[in-house]
Amino acid sequence: MSAHAKTISLTVNGTRVEATVPPRQHLGDFLRERELLTGTHLGCEHGVCGACTILIDGEPARSCITFAVACDGRSVTTVEGLDDDPLAAELREAFSAEHGLQCGFCTPGMLVAARDVVLRCPDADNRAIRTAMSGNLCRCTGYVGIVNAIRRVIDARNTNAG
Amino acid sequence: MKAVDFDYAQPATLDAALALLSRDDVMVRPVAGSQSLGPMLNLRLAQPELLVDITRIPELQAIRREGDRLVIGACVTHARLEDGDYPDVTRGVLPSVAAVIAYRAVRNRGTIGGSLAHADPAADWVNVLTALGAEVVIAGAGGRRTVPMTGFILGVFETDLQPGEIVAEIHVPALSERARWGYCKVCRKTGEFSHATGAVLIDPARGLWRCVAGATSGKPVVIDGPALFEGGCTEAAMAAHLAGSPAADDPIALRTHTVALKRAIAQVMS
Repeated sequence: MSAHAKTISLTVNGTRVEATVPPRQHLGDFLRERELLTGTHLGCEHGVCGACTILIDGEPARSCITFAVACDGRSVTTVEGLDDDPLAAELREAFSAEHGLQCGFCTPGMLVAARDVVLRCPDADNRAIRTAMSGNLCRCTGYVGIVNAIRRVIDARNTNAG
Repeated sequence: MKAVDFDYAQPATLDAALALLSRDDVMVRPVAGSQSLGPMLNLRLAQPELLVDITRIPELQAIRREGDRLVIGACVTHARLEDGDYPDVTRGVLPSVAAVIAYRAVRNRGTIGGSLAHADPAADWVNVLTALGAEVVIAGAGGRRTVPMTGFILGVFETDLQPGEIVAEIHVPALSERARWGYCKVCRKTGEFSHATGAVLIDPARGLWRCVAGATSGKPVVIDGPALFEGGCTEAAMAAHLAGSPAADDPIALRTHTVALKRAIAQVMS
């Protein structure tokens, strides 16, 4: 452990967590290696690929370029924390139906980012979906299935609301 | 891909932050959203001994209108500027530009002051705030000073910030009702850093005809006057304006910068 270790207190997927962390440990490593929440995937570790996207106080963020020590007092939600989230359930169903994943490495980040897109851009057309999702890279699907999955959820929600 | 073992402080006041930043016994750096410094730390391009997190200082989070200008705290995020919970005196410049910075997950953490202090020539605020004629309020242990954007960005990753100083506020002047603006980035992929940026502003009330060519591998190139708006935005003219920049000698870069500015100009002339 680092000589500079700090004690932080935060909420992870609804559970209060107290931890002593080296300041250099990024949030992705903290979640995976200390909290054993390995649903958060680390791809590039410099903020480009989006695989590690999680929610901080409900807003999407890159866990690889956010340090755990900076999250003292915050509420962090990983893909595991979305198990009972109704919108995440709709997205999982749609990703499966539309072939929105193949190897699955990017999927946790895709689901977190897609959930934000559905909530923030309920009128998004396919171009807007592609733009809003462009911070998450997938090396298998070519994105068509991912865009269709998000399209399906947005359309279903708008139909039900109408 | 792991940062060096640095120490970390999260002061609650600006005075406490400035006291830490003025230490000369350790290599100290301020950090806000860590969306640029985070990658640099992970890649070990930056190896500070102490990181001073300034994001919990309330006065750096504020946005307020002060007469004919908007005062934006350094730690205001791009996402907040995108969402627009403030009196936008710029006729849409701030929310529109904020919305095209990187990706939402980055905009939720990244800050306007951090972007300026980082001073990447391709960064949105570096070029747009230059076009708007904004001023940067710098805080240091010795007090505050105000610097225009044209004097703040000095080069690639180079600013007028002295050791121990941070960006405290950005002052953005209001545009008049007749003002028009245009903005174009040439990117191969949405959200990536721009290869060429054009930012233009016409504000008849201030007699302002301004073009800014950005992402030139140097400080933003400011071209004032109506000539470029009146059909003068040619590669030959741009080669002269960009003289001394690496972009001027590379035909592809020169064309890209000309196109970026032409497209921005077309937005205000249509």
